[in-house]
Amino acid sequence: MALDRWIALIIMMICLVYGYAAFFTMDASLPPFMQRNPIWPSTFPKILSVLAVLAALSVVLGLEASDGKSDASGIDYRKLGDYKIGQAAALLALMVIYALCLRPAGFLISTTVFLVAGSVILGERRWIMMIVVALIATVGIWALVQSVLGIYLRPWPFFLGV
Amino acid sequence: MLEGIMLGLSTALSPLNIMLVIGGCLIGTFIGMLPGLGPMSIIAIMIPVAVSIGDPSAALILLAGVYYGAIFGGSTSSILINAPGVASTVATTFDGFPLTQQGKAGKALTVAAISSFTGGTIGAILLMIFAPALVSVALSFHSAEYFALMVVGLSAIAAFAGTGQVGKAVLMTLLGLIMATVGEGALFNAPRFTMGIMDLQSGFGFVTLAMAMFALPEAIYLVLDPRRSATEKGEGEIKDLRITRAEAREIAPVIGRQSIQGFLIGVLPGAGATIASFLGYAVERNIAKGEDQEKFGKGSLKGLAAPESANNAACTGSFVPLLTLGIPGSGTTAILLGALVSLSVTPGPRLMVDEPQIFWAVIISMYIGNVVLLILNLPLIPYIAKVLAVPRTFLIPFILFFTLMGAYIGQNNATELLILVGFGICATILRFADYPLAPLLIGFILGSMLEDNFSRSMQLEGGIGFIFERPMTMALLVFAVILVLLPSYRARRARLRQDGVADGD
Repeated sequence: MALDRWIALIIMMICLVYGYAAFFTMDASLPPFMQRNPIWPSTFPKILSVLAVLAALSVVLGLEASDGKSDASGIDYRKLGDYKIGQAAALLALMVIYALCLRPAGFLISTTVFLVAGSVILGERRWIMMIVVALIATVGIWALVQSVLGIYLRPWPFFLGV
Repeated sequence: MLEGIMLGLSTALSPLNIMLVIGGCLIGTFIGMLPGLGPMSIIAIMIPVAVSIGDPSAALILLAGVYYGAIFGGSTSSILINAPGVASTVATTFDGFPLTQQGKAGKALTVAAISSFTGGTIGAILLMIFAPALVSVALSFHSAEYFALMVVGLSAIAAFAGTGQVGKAVLMTLLGLIMATVGEGALFNAPRFTMGIMDLQSGFGFVTLAMAMFALPEAIYLVLDPRRSATEKGEGEIKDLRITRAEAREIAPVIGRQSIQGFLIGVLPGAGATIASFLGYAVERNIAKGEDQEKFGKGSLKGLAAPESANNAACTGSFVPLLTLGIPGSGTTAILLGALVSLSVTPGPRLMVDEPQIFWAVIISMYIGNVVLLILNLPLIPYIAKVLAVPRTFLIPFILFFTLMGAYIGQNNATELLILVGFGICATILRFADYPLAPLLIGFILGSMLEDNFSRSMQLEGGIGFIFERPMTMALLVFAVILVLLPSYRARRARLRQDGVADGD
């Protein structure tokens, strides 16, 4: 079974859980006065879940024959090993680390480290250039966001107290 | 109408707004040239800036400038290094890049600039003439018709989203609608499907989802396949900017035709600039005769002018349903719609009546934006192209950083970033399997409006009967069903015909 049909199967599972929640759990907490309404909070989700399960089923069963042509600029997932999958995974992990560190470590340090580490993962080795570019960009963006947009970003780590 | 134009002129020509449109065009052009950041992502990044301006017409002027700039910038990178940063400029590479290889990059960029300018200008004129007409029709719409209209918008988007993949597009649209039901609805004061997670109380962040669906997968694709960015090659020679009189005569009718056709396609919800550019290219190739037709794909000026004028005219055209009916005709206008709603402007038939200055200021700023872009593009191109020389080892971390910032600044919530990365990975896998991602986002954006209008008409009419009692609603819903079924019917008939089965026409 091709990847797209597996995905459709997973989406169908999600929709079934969603539908279960809509059909069997939501109406219990509905206050009596709202039960006279022609439409309940669960009405729309019920309709959606049925439609989505049907649509997913049609993809899973391959009811619609595809023309077999895939996007020319696309990536063939069957040969994922030929691509730089390690770099992509490392960058995604880096983004997660960035998300977790942004508050505790402060914007300036996390962003500089993120930009430098991102370049390193992609194979850049000109250290001084990387650090200078990252520093300029980080401070510049922080100043822009802080002063122009007026959005507070904690600049320094939490133990510095600001 | 004249009154409206004057009102628009006085709003758009204020010093602040002129600065905004110039700034927007500049930002759009520069970022639009970077592969991986299309108008959708750029507008999503600019929303916090636009919202912080406060004045809705100024914000919309800025975003419109960014939009045009991004489309313009996208064609620059398509022509110079065969890297279309935007889907709507893919058709531009067919003839633009061969011209660069022949050392005619300057000429190609000039033709692109002039075609885009003309396409945008003709589009703006048509918008001015036709938008008010559409509004008078739209004023007779009630919430029942609105609901039906949203369904039409959704179905058209799903039908256009892929070739022979209607099932997947429908599934993605429904998934978007399902995601829109997470959080507290407008008509019911109860949280739904939040799974007890506080961060989901207000639903998924719109910018987060936009970034996860578009910018992040594109960046991951760039990492996975270094050939996609191809920035190592450097920019082509830029000389020979002038076009001859004969060439001008050759492309003039193409630009004229494609501006009008592109505009009309852009007006249809769901068609948008990408379809317009491909259709424009195909039509001109069919019209051209003999030798001219042979040249298409090998560096034909006509083949470059057609998609360029069509996609710019379509961009203008897509503002018609956005401003008059509140229906986004493309992924980008869907993001613009989100921006409008966050500025507490409700696009729709009332917009022209309640806040005419917003409506007209946007149209006038389209003219100004086009002029600014022409001035920018012609003399500055040799310098602008230098941005593309940024090595990918620097470019990609910055793209990722900007996606993260786009999501973080809006919500100021680090959990949002984790949601972003999670959805980004899901979106990339979906893209591997050829699932179109734009329908999901459009479904998400239209979802809450769809439900609100549906609920409102249910409550007003006391049941589902309104669908049958209001002929307009019924007609629109039937139209939506036809739009969904027609592409698969056509594909089926084409297949049958290939198999030698006679069809009953």
